[in-house]
Amino acid sequence: MFEIVKKEALNPTVMRMDVRAPLIAKKAKAGQFIILRADERGERIPLTVAGCDREAGLVTIIFQIVGGATMTLATLPQGGYIADFVGPLGTPTHIEGLKKVAVVGGGVGCAIALPVARALHEQGTQVTSIVGFRNQDLVILEEEFKACSDRFYMMTDDGSYGEKGNVCVPLNRLLESGETFDAVITIGPLIMMKFVAAATKPYGIRTIASMNPIMIDGTGMCGCCRVTVGGEMKFACVDGPDFDAHLIDFDEAMKRSRTYVEFEAKAREKHCNLFKKEVN
Amino acid sequence: MPAFNMDPKKHPMPSQDPLVRNKNFKEVALGYDEATAIEEAKRCVHCKNKPCVAGCPVAVDIPAFIALVAEGKFEEAYEVIQRTSSLPAVCGRVCPQETQCEGKCTRGIKGEPVGIGRLERFVADWHMKNGSAAPVKPQSNGHKVAVVGSGPAGLTCAGDLAKRGYDVTVFEALHVAGGVLVYGIPEFRLPKDIVRREVDGLKALGVKIETDSVIGRVLTIEELKEEYGFEAVFLGTGAGLPRFMGIPGEGAKGVFSANEYLTRTNLMKAYEEGSETPILHAKRIAVVGGGNVAMDAARCAKRLGAETVYIVYRRSEAELPARREEVEHAKEEEIIFKLLTNPVEIQTDKDDNVVGLKCIQMTLGEPDASGRRRPVEVPGSEFTMDVNCVIMALGTSPNPLLKQTTPGLETQRRGEIVTDENGKTSLEGVYAGGDAVTGAATVILAMGAGKVAAKAIDEYIQGK
Repeated sequence: MFEIVKKEALNPTVMRMDVRAPLIAKKAKAGQFIILRADERGERIPLTVAGCDREAGLVTIIFQIVGGATMTLATLPQGGYIADFVGPLGTPTHIEGLKKVAVVGGGVGCAIALPVARALHEQGTQVTSIVGFRNQDLVILEEEFKACSDRFYMMTDDGSYGEKGNVCVPLNRLLESGETFDAVITIGPLIMMKFVAAATKPYGIRTIASMNPIMIDGTGMCGCCRVTVGGEMKFACVDGPDFDAHLIDFDEAMKRSRTYVEFEAKAREKHCNLFKKEVN
Repeated sequence: MPAFNMDPKKHPMPSQDPLVRNKNFKEVALGYDEATAIEEAKRCVHCKNKPCVAGCPVAVDIPAFIALVAEGKFEEAYEVIQRTSSLPAVCGRVCPQETQCEGKCTRGIKGEPVGIGRLERFVADWHMKNGSAAPVKPQSNGHKVAVVGSGPAGLTCAGDLAKRGYDVTVFEALHVAGGVLVYGIPEFRLPKDIVRREVDGLKALGVKIETDSVIGRVLTIEELKEEYGFEAVFLGTGAGLPRFMGIPGEGAKGVFSANEYLTRTNLMKAYEEGSETPILHAKRIAVVGGGNVAMDAARCAKRLGAETVYIVYRRSEAELPARREEVEHAKEEEIIFKLLTNPVEIQTDKDDNVVGLKCIQMTLGEPDASGRRRPVEVPGSEFTMDVNCVIMALGTSPNPLLKQTTPGLETQRRGEIVTDENGKTSLEGVYAGGDAVTGAATVILAMGAGKVAAKAIDEYIQGK
């Protein structure tokens, strides 16, 4: 059992938790993830390590409440316990030797992009951060990003905060003006990462996407998280989650991510009805 | 000694009716009652050279325990088995006895062999239900050993070392101990409650079990030895990495590895109402492969409500690698066998749902390196099967994670850990056994390897 030492809502649908897991906190690197199971009946879900306090033995997770499993997780109180918490999993993001990098994050993916930006900043890399959200209410981690970025761009789809438009707007502007990067690292919805990859491809800029396929064990034994990269089958949980974005079959990944849409809708409904009962 | 029972046939195993059981996940075989067990035990003629014992990878003293069953001394029979086997309730259920103990039984020459597996199962189940004596925790010898992986190899190694007085900690990546016994073999062949109780038996011997621990990531082998003071490490990490065919359409929705399908079903209990883990409830399913895992996946698919389930296998019935009994069970449960058939493409609709499996007919040619006749495509014989889910049960390889994170650990081309005949690896104090060494094999061979390694680890530590 793993204690939830701190719990905090970052916006109406995004939650942050600091979980006591000293061994994982000691080892985790930017780009790695954990698999958790909220309770005994629960599903195993992957969440990226958003930060660690190695001294205090805490691992930070940030998640969006989207379906049954994240709803269950969100109902656990501060001081309560998560049944299973496994990690650190996946291969850390390769950041060594990079001098100038753009980190492009979208939505709750920004929680995953932040530790990467922070690790780059700490090793002296010049970091340009571009973050995008649907609207002002959903903005998270702005101050944290600013603290580790040389340049920072805030975008909202509806223009309610920062600049109006998606993350490709400033990215394209920079690229068109002749900016170069050693790498662009992108983390967010599949459709966003697909467009970021398309934007950088003509410039031949190495682009890394952090994939977020459906996972069960997270240790390479089932292939549920398989992604086609350069025509080859890769398992995101052991070979990734980072891959060369110019080689990823994003269309296939998007379709695969919708495998359980119906089931998830039902699970969500069931949870919402439970909530209603509690309110009554 | 009571008079022998010279009936040439084994006492039949009471079982659920095939067309009832293919709709539930309850155990298929129901087990002997006391009277039947005693009668079956009397079929053992206690021949002089005990070929059955030589056929058992963990060398259970079979005639001795069977003699006790014949006298109705079930707890004493359990103690005999328990001396050499840590998981009798599991072995009695899933061992391929026909090629091991029972395959060697003298009674098998002129009739059916003694039902050794059924008797072992009976004794273990009887003990779980009626055994009262609390297990005695062995005297500690003060030495610490780490076991990585809680499958049959790891549990056996841990049990044997604990009985010798070692302080054993088992590290398991998943949230439940048991390895393939909990995620792979379905409830209807091996109830998970049985596995849990066998694991509890090991805990009672003092074995500690750390779940949620991916060795290689959270702790390395070197850290286990240097920082945590484990004098030896046993690697029983299995062969869990699934293979795919490399044909078009394998990335589609509705294409599973058997490991994923079975993990969702068995470990996550996706078939139960209260489970949060989803599974695709397809109506027409093709399972590609002919081993035990293929049979398990097909029979699970039927129980999850599929109307039509096919086994698609590229050789003929004679070459099916699955146990004969599993093939028979599958047929009784209305699984359809498409033999001499090999998939060439998974067909999908615009949303990437599976809508068909394009196959080609095969014929058997000359024997290949494995001695089996090589399947050869029949030109122009392509046809499409109407299915909306495909499960790939093509075998598995050892997971590359430990190799990647353990410098100096020698492995073969497919990732199998290299060991000597005692399980010793290329690293000092590190031993390995089971599927991690052999590639995917059987539960009992993994247990045998765990036993051999436990002995070698004992000799290594005592000889230091």
